[in-house]
Amino acid sequence: MPLEQKVKYESECDREFAQWVVGQIGGENLRHCIQCGICSAACPLSLYMDYTPRRIINLAREGFKKEVLSSFTIWLCSSCYACRVECPKEIHITDIMYLLKRRAIEEGVYPRSFPIPVLAREFGRMIFMFGRVNETLLVTDLFLRTNWFKFLGMIGLGLNLMRTGRMSFLPDTIKRRGELRKVLDALDAEEKKEKKEALS
Amino acid sequence: MKYLYFPGCSLKGTGRAYEESFLAVFKALGLEVRELEDWNCCGATAYMSVDETKSYALAGRNLAIAERSSDLDVIAPCSACYLVLNKTQKGLKENPELRRKVVNALKAAGLDYKGKVRVRHPLDVLINDVGVEKLAKFITKPLKGMKFAPYYGCQVVRPYSTFDDQYNPVTMDKLIEAVGAECVSWPLKTRCCGGSLTGTLPEVGLRLAYILIKEAKKRGAGAIVTLCPLCQFNLDGYQDKIASKYERVDIPTLYFTQILGLAMGLPESELGIKRGIISAEAVLAGR
Repeated sequence: MPLEQKVKYESECDREFAQWVVGQIGGENLRHCIQCGICSAACPLSLYMDYTPRRIINLAREGFKKEVLSSFTIWLCSSCYACRVECPKEIHITDIMYLLKRRAIEEGVYPRSFPIPVLAREFGRMIFMFGRVNETLLVTDLFLRTNWFKFLGMIGLGLNLMRTGRMSFLPDTIKRRGELRKVLDALDAEEKKEKKEALS
Repeated sequence: MKYLYFPGCSLKGTGRAYEESFLAVFKALGLEVRELEDWNCCGATAYMSVDETKSYALAGRNLAIAERSSDLDVIAPCSACYLVLNKTQKGLKENPELRRKVVNALKAAGLDYKGKVRVRHPLDVLINDVGVEKLAKFITKPLKGMKFAPYYGCQVVRPYSTFDDQYNPVTMDKLIEAVGAECVSWPLKTRCCGGSLTGTLPEVGLRLAYILIKEAKKRGAGAIVTLCPLCQFNLDGYQDKIASKYERVDIPTLYFTQILGLAMGLPESELGIKRGIISAEAVLAGR
């Protein structure tokens, strides 16, 4: 039987990552967690997760960066906030899932063809282009990018939506796209400035 | 009473029946509703996973436009829009650094955000501004003998609900009783419908939707009544897929604005009743 290290040494954890999580909006109360597990009990998706929400919280605050960011858990969270309202320590678990997702996208550690981060990215791209989201185009785009075969399985639903007049193929767009662009550009400029300052 | 209306993308797309019935009912009740000019997508749950500050700024643009155009309350019927707009108000109030960034970015585009607007749900308006007693006066065709399962889903009651209980919401139950129907008791009122997982990870998402429709049927509901376009889409649109994976349930999912409109005697065509993929005709025939 080959020997395998089951527990990490403290030195193998990324304390900086733990610090970062606590410093984010929503991460503030992370260290107050008493590991009661009510988040995992309330979560309708925990039975599909590789780490339950309780374990993600503990791993995140101890600096198990790789385990947390490459987990399926963060992508399975559907933002239903059941954990958030149950948590006796008022930890913003849903927001922690969001910030972990953002970090995973930033570091490119999510599973490549996994459709959820792709959806998030394409959703953003569509807003930048049109200011609004057309569900038909978004879903079509998503399936073409991730799984052709699954797209075929969606044809029945597509026909049903067409029959009931719930599908549109033209992107809906706002009038003042330039205005929205300016808002987003201003934030990009701010972020650039921040990064520059951090370096110097 | 006058309100601004933030439709969001779904009410212009797959949730068209929600917009149709919401506008028809509000008009018939004498409530004036004006669509927010040049509104943009709220960012929903998806965009928060990509960029936090930009998510707040997207919602912030809508709120700034609302402030500029009037001092009316904004009605957001879609649960995701309702949550995101309220979350933005709260987030910008509590985090000065975030607020500075978002306010500056909006300023760069000539917009001014102060955080004065109230974001409300149409159910809140019907129950608290109009009131059940006044609603009762408009009910001309009560839905006698019909049984509905009230389904609130996640994001209207959690985490920022201002008008109902987070664990056991009752406002829609009151509305169901006000239209003369019976409210089925079931424990899944606020359980997740699967959200976008029905599309992205059907092996997980469909199960969640299936649990809901199966239980509603088992408890004797003729239809599920909901207040969210994504919940309606999941419970109504995926029943064929659920049938091939688990079992056929066949239960229609209506919006609360649709049943109210029917009880007020508004024509079905104005309420988008035919937009249901699982037809409600058979259930409604029993009126």
